[in-house]
Amino acid sequence: MRDVTSILPLSLESISFLGEGRRLVDAVSLVVPAGGVTVLLGPNGAGKSLMLRLCHGLLTPSEGHVHWAASATGRAKRHAMVFQKPIMLRRSVEANIDHALAAAGVARMERRERAQAALRRFGLSERARQPARLLSGGEQQRLAIARAWSLRPELLFLDEPTSQLDPAATWQIEELLTGLVAEGITVLMSTHDLGQAKRLADRVLFLHRGRLVEDSLAAYFFAEPQTIEARAFLAGELLW
Amino acid sequence: MDFAAIFKAAFALVVGLDPGFLAIVGLSLRVTLTAVLIAGLIGLPLGAALALARFPGRSVVIVCLNALMGLPPVVAGLFVFLLLSRSGPLGPLGLLFTPTAMIAAQVILVLPIVIALTRQTVEDLWSEYRDHLRSVGLEGMRAIPTLLFDGRFALATALLAGFGRASAEVGAVLIVGGNIAGYTRTMTTTITLETSKGDLPLALGLGLVLIALTLAINAVAFGASRIGARYAG
Repeated sequence: MRDVTSILPLSLESISFLGEGRRLVDAVSLVVPAGGVTVLLGPNGAGKSLMLRLCHGLLTPSEGHVHWAASATGRAKRHAMVFQKPIMLRRSVEANIDHALAAAGVARMERRERAQAALRRFGLSERARQPARLLSGGEQQRLAIARAWSLRPELLFLDEPTSQLDPAATWQIEELLTGLVAEGITVLMSTHDLGQAKRLADRVLFLHRGRLVEDSLAAYFFAEPQTIEARAFLAGELLW
Repeated sequence: MDFAAIFKAAFALVVGLDPGFLAIVGLSLRVTLTAVLIAGLIGLPLGAALALARFPGRSVVIVCLNALMGLPPVVAGLFVFLLLSRSGPLGPLGLLFTPTAMIAAQVILVLPIVIALTRQTVEDLWSEYRDHLRSVGLEGMRAIPTLLFDGRFALATALLAGFGRASAEVGAVLIVGGNIAGYTRTMTTTITLETSKGDLPLALGLGLVLIALTLAINAVAFGASRIGARYAG
């Protein structure tokens, strides 16, 4: 049975992550309510990827807490993640989705229906029986999103999902994400592509050296960045 | 007997499906296949667990396993002999000079190969899959079935490598089997004995079968890696 209580908002209470003797994420507090696209923006090494991993539970914060409004751990945790480089199991396209559903504890009969639905929804039905690793880069990322979608997440994390794709595939993925948001899925993604952030973001979280420097609506952020770092980044002068 | 006559007699044995000849080939295959099966059942999960587990002394275990891959068969045979001999700890079982003892000795030879190669395969896969598997909730030992399945082509090659080692060795089965005619006489022990006795056609016929077997193993291994490459992209 599906719990009707939402896991959102997600709250981060002053989380830090220490690695190699440095504060890679430094006392970040923020709230992610339901709906829309929140984009983590910042130069390489700002801690974007770490932030997503801390939220998703792949990493445990050294200090502070990640707090969900309802239970969001265990098998059916209702948040899913798509990685920069699609991780494709050495199986068919459909078996990749089936595997994720099985891991989430979905019964066999229902798995098949949900996998088929995901394949249709993302235009991969004709590829169902092909080895997933032989798909093109864009198709692999589409499958990764379909696989995450089949888990029925409320919140979807994406770590620079288009950084390895050509413009056409990037455009396709952006269309897909817009569709997911229209379905009511909340998106928290990182990118270092300013154009993409402008096209997709409702809200921007600007990170610099592990600190949350700016947190504002996208329109404000791009029109009137409040900090020196953000202004430099938007002007293409802040490299790391 | 001249060389041509020896070859002719050997071929006659192979093609004529001589019952005594077939019995020897059959026993060899039964012992080796059983040993590989047992080593696989133990070694695949154990190798995968070793790939994922982190504990003090892990590197030492890995180095020892890698070293055991080169364990001389006669030493493995001696070890099992001591265990099973009348005064040994497992002596009362009365297993010395039986096919079961030969299987046990070959398991010891094959197991390190299976564990070591599985460990390497699974560790490489895990570093690639880790983020996704942890994301869908398959942490630690729960990831093992996925990793073994996805490493299936490389692992098939590991089992074939084990089969190759076991089918070719003579030292271990000779010591613990005793080379008893019609009971524990395998292809390799027969070749050893018949060559020294001078019955070259039988030795050569068995040699031909062994070579054919080695060829077949390599063909299958090659095929497995080709199919694997297709899936792996």
